[in-house]
Amino acid sequence: MLEQTFIMLVVGVVAGFGGAILGLGGGIIVTPVLTLAFGLDIKYAIGASIIAVIATSSGATIAFLKDDVLNLRVAMFLEIFTTIGALTGAILSGFFNSTFLFFLFGLLLLFQSWNMYRKLKGSEKPLIKAQPDPTAEKLKLNSSFYDVASKQQVDYQVEKIPGGSLIMFGAGLASGLLGIGSGAFKVMAMDSMMKMPLKPSSATSNLMMGVTAAASATVYFFNGSINPMIAVPIALGILGGSTVGSRVMQHLHARTLRMIFVPVLFLIAIQMILKGFGVNV
Amino acid sequence: MSNNVEQTKQEMDQIELLIGKILRVGVAVAGTVMFVGLVAFFITGTSGYSGQNWPTSFHAIFAGLASFKPFAVMMLGLFLLILTPVLRVVVSIFAFAKENDKLYVWITIGVLAILVIAMIIGHQ
Repeated sequence: MLEQTFIMLVVGVVAGFGGAILGLGGGIIVTPVLTLAFGLDIKYAIGASIIAVIATSSGATIAFLKDDVLNLRVAMFLEIFTTIGALTGAILSGFFNSTFLFFLFGLLLLFQSWNMYRKLKGSEKPLIKAQPDPTAEKLKLNSSFYDVASKQQVDYQVEKIPGGSLIMFGAGLASGLLGIGSGAFKVMAMDSMMKMPLKPSSATSNLMMGVTAAASATVYFFNGSINPMIAVPIALGILGGSTVGSRVMQHLHARTLRMIFVPVLFLIAIQMILKGFGVNV
Repeated sequence: MSNNVEQTKQEMDQIELLIGKILRVGVAVAGTVMFVGLVAFFITGTSGYSGQNWPTSFHAIFAGLASFKPFAVMMLGLFLLILTPVLRVVVSIFAFAKENDKLYVWITIGVLAILVIAMIIGHQ
């Protein structure tokens, strides 16, 4: 029992550090590790994972809030759509079996890694300036941040708010259904659709993930999917790992982040899909 | 106009710092409770519950806390951790109110309402 707790603690530290660096929830790491490496029932893995997401988000935000990278208005506005999605997803998850969940998880990761790979190959400077948008003006979503890596103040605008909101609902649905933070989808909504720079997208996504996860976590908490012997050591490990990870993340370049992102997601995706078909690798 | 933007910017920075501090306390409390529960489990060698069971309702958790059952303490810690993002939403409402940003006060209240509904649906 002591050994298992120690292993879970280590899983937490790794997930927290990696999750914060990649702008993911940590859940995307926890669920595959618990199911693929430890053979845990995916329902308990999802329960532990949603706790991992909250711990990553809260741990990372503590570090992020000391600078002005994140955009609180964007976070709160889009949170409406993600929390409704998350609640819907958590309730729906009770109606699906494990095979379906594995398959869905794998497909989600595969799509995401392909999307990021395309962007990585596309151009050196992925930032395309957003067009002035009256909705963004009205909602006061435009902002600026200080980029530590390039050492300059960057002003930015956002656009296509309805499209971004729709992806956010989908991100919330995936979060509630699979116990992930859907950081990948959230970053995609902000950086690809709404044309927000990657760093404020990642930081804002980190903040949003916790709130989104809280909506579905209460459902999982009360229906018994959250096992304290798994979730507690992972949460404690993550609180440590994510605090360190989010500080390191600030000093990395956007391209470096994507280059880590892509192969990790791709490998996990293949494994989850195979697991869905009953093949253990 | 640019003066106004600068002022809003400074206010937001202060708000973010405040939220950061409150969140840090919330996370520290949740982490401490989880840690105490885990240590209690290893010291006493019992979870306080039979087999692979743990309390999942407020009633069962508080009943377990009264007799200091390790799993009840751990579940309380987990629940407090789930509440930390909710706490952040609550604080944001006051922060936007202080800025006289009515639109965002309402938007954030909307988010909180959805979270409360989720809790009620989950607990039933």
